[in-house]
Amino acid sequence: MAAYEKLVKQYDRQVFRIAQHIVQNREDAEDVVQDAFLKAYEKLDQFQGNSKFYTWLVRIAVNESLMRLRKRRTGRMVSIDEDVETEEGSMPRDLADWSPDPEALYGQSEMGDILRKTIQGLPPGFRVVFVLRDVEGLSTEETAETLGLSIPAVKSRLLRARLQLRERLSRYFKRGQKQQAQDGVK
Amino acid sequence: MTCTEFLAQLDEMLDQDAAIPLRADLQEHLEDCEHCEITLSTTRKTIEIYRSHELYALPDDLRERLHKAILAKCKKC
Repeated sequence: MAAYEKLVKQYDRQVFRIAQHIVQNREDAEDVVQDAFLKAYEKLDQFQGNSKFYTWLVRIAVNESLMRLRKRRTGRMVSIDEDVETEEGSMPRDLADWSPDPEALYGQSEMGDILRKTIQGLPPGFRVVFVLRDVEGLSTEETAETLGLSIPAVKSRLLRARLQLRERLSRYFKRGQKQQAQDGVK
Repeated sequence: MTCTEFLAQLDEMLDQDAAIPLRADLQEHLEDCEHCEITLSTTRKTIEIYRSHELYALPDDLRERLHKAILAKCKKC
């Protein structure tokens, strides 16, 4: 049990973050953390050791998160394939450069709100790939294994997710630049 | 190289793992195409910005509560 406690302490923050990104609700994310660690403990004997414990745990947490999301949407199926056939994010449109640096335009908390709002607008199937690959730093192969997707599917979703986020953030950052220019004139 | 071809390889540019001959073609396209240059730099910034901001921190009190609940449930297994 002491060894397992160590694993909980090692990975709880990541599991909480991933769950929050998927379920977008703190209470559900808390439940996911508890259920994921409990399930992993119960199934420890099934852990093959041919993948890292962390990716195995993340797979359990992602499944638990999708189940929560489904429950909240009163039984409607939610899968990582949902809404992935969007046209947005194929060819970039909003092409203003981000200068000055957006981080100089917004305070830490305001930036956090913008980033949360922006990523929450992505379909779950794009959001989860972006979070695992770019935020949590899993490799393309690990992300594919965790989500049960092919490597080309991960790559394609990642590209679309990155481009959609870029496009959506651009709308904020352009507005911020305009505001700053106006303030400068006053 | 067209912008569409460049975009198809954007991940390789971002992940810095493009094979060297391909990277040279991509670099050459970038030098003449402001559109793709901005797409690359702002997409790179998008990733950096998400990586560097902790959007869902786990507060210490909640963390402790979760640890206790998890370990209590595991002990009952």
